[in-house]
Amino acid sequence: MKNTSTYHKGQAVPLNRDNIDTDQIIPKQFLKSIKKSGFGPNLFDAWRYEDEGYPGQDISNRKINKEFILNQEKFINSDILISKKNFGCGSSREHAVWSLMDFGFKVVIAESFADIFYNNCFNNGLLPIAISEHEISTLLDLSNKRKEIEIDLQNQIIFVEDNEIAHFEIDPFRKKCILEGLDEIGLSLTHSSEIKEFERKHSLKSPWIFNKESD
Amino acid sequence: MSFTLYDKLWNLHEVSQREDGTYLLYIDRHLIHEVTSPQAFEGLKLAGRKPWRISANIATPDHNVPTTDRDKGIAGINDEVSKLQVVTLDDNCKEHEILQFDIHDKRQGIVHVVGPEQGLTLPGMTIVCGDSHTSTHGALATLSMGIGTSEVEHVLATQCLKTSKLKNMRVNISGELQEGVTPKDVTLAVIGRIGTAGGTGYAIEYAGSVIENMSIEGRMTVCNMAIEAGARAGLVAYDQTTEAYIKDKPFTPKGEQWLVAKEQWQDLVSDSEAQFDKEIEIDGSFIAPQVTWGTSPEMVSDIDGVIPEPNSESIRHALSYMNLEPGKKIKDIKLDQIFIGSCTNSRIEDLREAAKVLEGKKVSESIKRAIVVPGSGLVSQQAIDEGIDKIFIDSGFEWRAPGCSMCLAMNPDQLGDGEHCASTSNRNFEGRQGYGGRTHLVSPVTAAASAVEGHFVDVREYLL
Repeated sequence: MKNTSTYHKGQAVPLNRDNIDTDQIIPKQFLKSIKKSGFGPNLFDAWRYEDEGYPGQDISNRKINKEFILNQEKFINSDILISKKNFGCGSSREHAVWSLMDFGFKVVIAESFADIFYNNCFNNGLLPIAISEHEISTLLDLSNKRKEIEIDLQNQIIFVEDNEIAHFEIDPFRKKCILEGLDEIGLSLTHSSEIKEFERKHSLKSPWIFNKESD
Repeated sequence: MSFTLYDKLWNLHEVSQREDGTYLLYIDRHLIHEVTSPQAFEGLKLAGRKPWRISANIATPDHNVPTTDRDKGIAGINDEVSKLQVVTLDDNCKEHEILQFDIHDKRQGIVHVVGPEQGLTLPGMTIVCGDSHTSTHGALATLSMGIGTSEVEHVLATQCLKTSKLKNMRVNISGELQEGVTPKDVTLAVIGRIGTAGGTGYAIEYAGSVIENMSIEGRMTVCNMAIEAGARAGLVAYDQTTEAYIKDKPFTPKGEQWLVAKEQWQDLVSDSEAQFDKEIEIDGSFIAPQVTWGTSPEMVSDIDGVIPEPNSESIRHALSYMNLEPGKKIKDIKLDQIFIGSCTNSRIEDLREAAKVLEGKKVSESIKRAIVVPGSGLVSQQAIDEGIDKIFIDSGFEWRAPGCSMCLAMNPDQLGDGEHCASTSNRNFEGRQGYGGRTHLVSPVTAAASAVEGHFVDVREYLL
């Protein structure tokens, strides 16, 4: 029997494809916003709808692509996304993470993640979990059967119906940040005196880096 | 102790290790554009914080700017949402007294073209920008990485990036490139070889005779697409070519500082005994002009190749999106639009090479539109001074004002639904260049020759 401290429990939607790039997650026309919220309706816009979306539009009149998995009846209300290799590749746009979260996703599980996207997730509290190809295919299968997936972040285990499906790796501090929501900038600023001291030595050694204007 | 170039750059900038095991890496230069910065400035304001070192920052609007009617400035941006983003950059730069090359400035352009051009990118620096193609600057022996908006805010507030150390990969490209084979073909061939996740977790140093003989602009093209191989950073060692390029740029150190800097920069090479976690060997003599056929940069072929049989759901989906059948020859793909531009290929050498191919020729009548978008106001001016704009215009290209333009189509320059485009940009993702648009990534010379014929051609034969 398990002894779990559940971080999240929910149903998952499988996006069975490699290399899902951030242009697909949130197309460029929506990056014009100067806010961090409101991107959810346009998550995977080109796949979710049959027409071309634009910012500020009334989505209630748009034609839904019923084939796309996020629109299929049985996957509505999923808040875990499952995908394959290199999820979040391409553009550094943090809007990709904001739109996944705004849509309601709490966790993304994939075989691997692109570096910048992976960092962006932690900076916003979206939990990315990387597990093996074999474990992903088990989860894809179970999510198709609408089994609830349970994430025990403390012990780094994914359960389905009390069975352990996968153990995952996560940096201990990042785990702490997700669980406790720490202020990254505030934490770095506790090192202010070291930064100043570094800067002083650095400017003595390579003063041109600190030049203010071109001559 | 032997060090790689990446290790040396890291060691020059490591401030301290945080309690969580990650490091604070000091950032010398922070490049800012309008799309990924507004939320960072707002975050600063909400937390009551100020930028740590104003002079580290330099901004320019590039993603949203129109490439026509630029004399109207911001009033020329018809899309109100785009306009607000550019105005917000103006406001943030004014409020914090950050140097900006604004929409009216002749130095405005794609941030990754502007930095090196101005000498704001200097060897030995750490450089970040809220843009994944920041890897471009590694061509000048810098450690340069794309970051997200939260990290933009972190860098503004602390002058440091919170990060972990990357692993070292070296890609050795030996031999000599064939005539008509360009840095773009080299970088695409590397991606074809290692895949779009091949460099994840690594900094890639490009080395070997092909890189040593390459111009700085060519090295920028190669490093630009390190991110398309999954690597946040691309790097090339400092050498005489780097020194010659950087000398006398507006922000390059002068006088005594120049002499000291030049001396320091000599060390910006990997030690001969340095250990890499991974090494890839490629014979550059065998690289052919490259063309992508799918919706990921790793879906790439030699010009004389054919569309492959799909062996995965990803490829099946890509071929369906691209409307291409397995077995079709790359050269038989008919084109609707041509785009020469982007942070990958919009510098003066790119334009010169493409113009050589176009001189005395006309863009095929089957091409609906061919545009060329110089990387900056200064690149544009240089091209005009050399008469290159006229060659493009005479052949049927539209000569546009600088910006990111159709690389990501945030401005009005877009592909139509279903159109095939030979593009010198860096991403062939679905819809990237316009809703339903089909992008084929190629070099500027392949784009130019294919514009003339209306379908892909082998530029090696074309140059004979």
